[in-house]
Amino acid sequence: MHQETRKLLTIVTESALETELCDELTRLGAGGYTVTDARGRGSRGVRDAGWASSGNIRIEVICDARVADRIAAHLRDRYYSDYAMILYLSDVSVLRPEKF
Amino acid sequence: MDPVVWFFVLGVVAGLARSDLRVPAAIYDLLSILLLLAIGLKGGVELARQPISGLLPQIGAVLAMGFALPLLLFPVARFLVGLARADAASLAAHYGSVSVATYAVGVAYLGARNIEFDAQLPLLLVLLEVPAIIVGILLARGIDGATKWGKLLHEIFLGKSVVLLVGGLAIGWASGADGIGPLEPLFFDLFKGFLALFLLEMGLIAASQSKSLRSRGLQLILFGVLAPIPLAAIGAVIGVAIGLSIGGTTLLAILAGSASYIAAPAAMRIAVPEANPALSLTASLGVTFPFNIFVGIPLYFTLASWLHRGMG
Repeated sequence: MHQETRKLLTIVTESALETELCDELTRLGAGGYTVTDARGRGSRGVRDAGWASSGNIRIEVICDARVADRIAAHLRDRYYSDYAMILYLSDVSVLRPEKF
Repeated sequence: MDPVVWFFVLGVVAGLARSDLRVPAAIYDLLSILLLLAIGLKGGVELARQPISGLLPQIGAVLAMGFALPLLLFPVARFLVGLARADAASLAAHYGSVSVATYAVGVAYLGARNIEFDAQLPLLLVLLEVPAIIVGILLARGIDGATKWGKLLHEIFLGKSVVLLVGGLAIGWASGADGIGPLEPLFFDLFKGFLALFLLEMGLIAASQSKSLRSRGLQLILFGVLAPIPLAAIGAVIGVAIGLSIGGTTLLAILAGSASYIAAPAAMRIAVPEANPALSLTASLGVTFPFNIFVGIPLYFTLASWLHRGMG
């Protein structure tokens, strides 16, 4: 089966940012994204999702390397200093490259 | 002491003792929806019994209070507590805005004593939610054009609590007491039960703030305990001046003395990202909310009664 490589961009951040981030992802060229509720612990303390404003979300985007770089650079400049946010990239194989 | 308040204590104790007790987020959402709708519906039904035109002066006075309170609080937070500008503005927005849970405990307190309150209080509650948040953002940002007001106002005015309170008021007003009758068992009879469960979760959340409370120290605790009293006094004086009953004056004092922990944190997080969200939330939820439900509400009721006797 033919497979092609794309980037999987994973963002873990505050749920307060969901609406804004999803708009920006689309604007920066992501064809789609998946948002899940998350909880955990990091440099800004425990974020236990006990209630709305202490919750985290995890956003996953599969896209080509160019779009992934653009999104990563934008998020770093815009959000890193003031918000709890981490972001990482990995390679994934996809079967339908035209979707991403 | 009203038994619902003990549920808050239970939540705090369970949280501090690291019990595995958790109220699922979906249940917490449902409880807050039920409480907000119940408050709105009740107000709407009562409002339908009287002409609304007479309320305009009261609405004006309460809106003015909503804009004025954060302006009074900002210099205190900035210079007495010694916070940075963004943090002080955020704290002023939290304390200028209102807490629906504190209001609900106030309603339960008055209900247990068979004290009536004015029908328009839920309407005044809605009016007090928003102004302080706008003033807080202006205090932090100035008028610099960088703030995306369109998006922000959408967030503030279409937030869950405003939508549900206004929606409940409208439905209650349009349906009247007879129309709402079949819904009464859910929204009115079970109100205190929902409130008890809601306060259990509030206790758990407040307990989770204890760590950041320890690291913030005395100033924030002092602010959280001392700020509500003069704020509530302002609310009580305005309540008497605009002709509210003792119950209504008590509730307006409670609203003025309470601090937001849902609408304000969400809006400030987006609008003023450099403000530390834990600071305002810890003060509002970890200090002021418990203070108000244990000490504040009885105190504001005494103050309202005393003011009414003095006037009458």
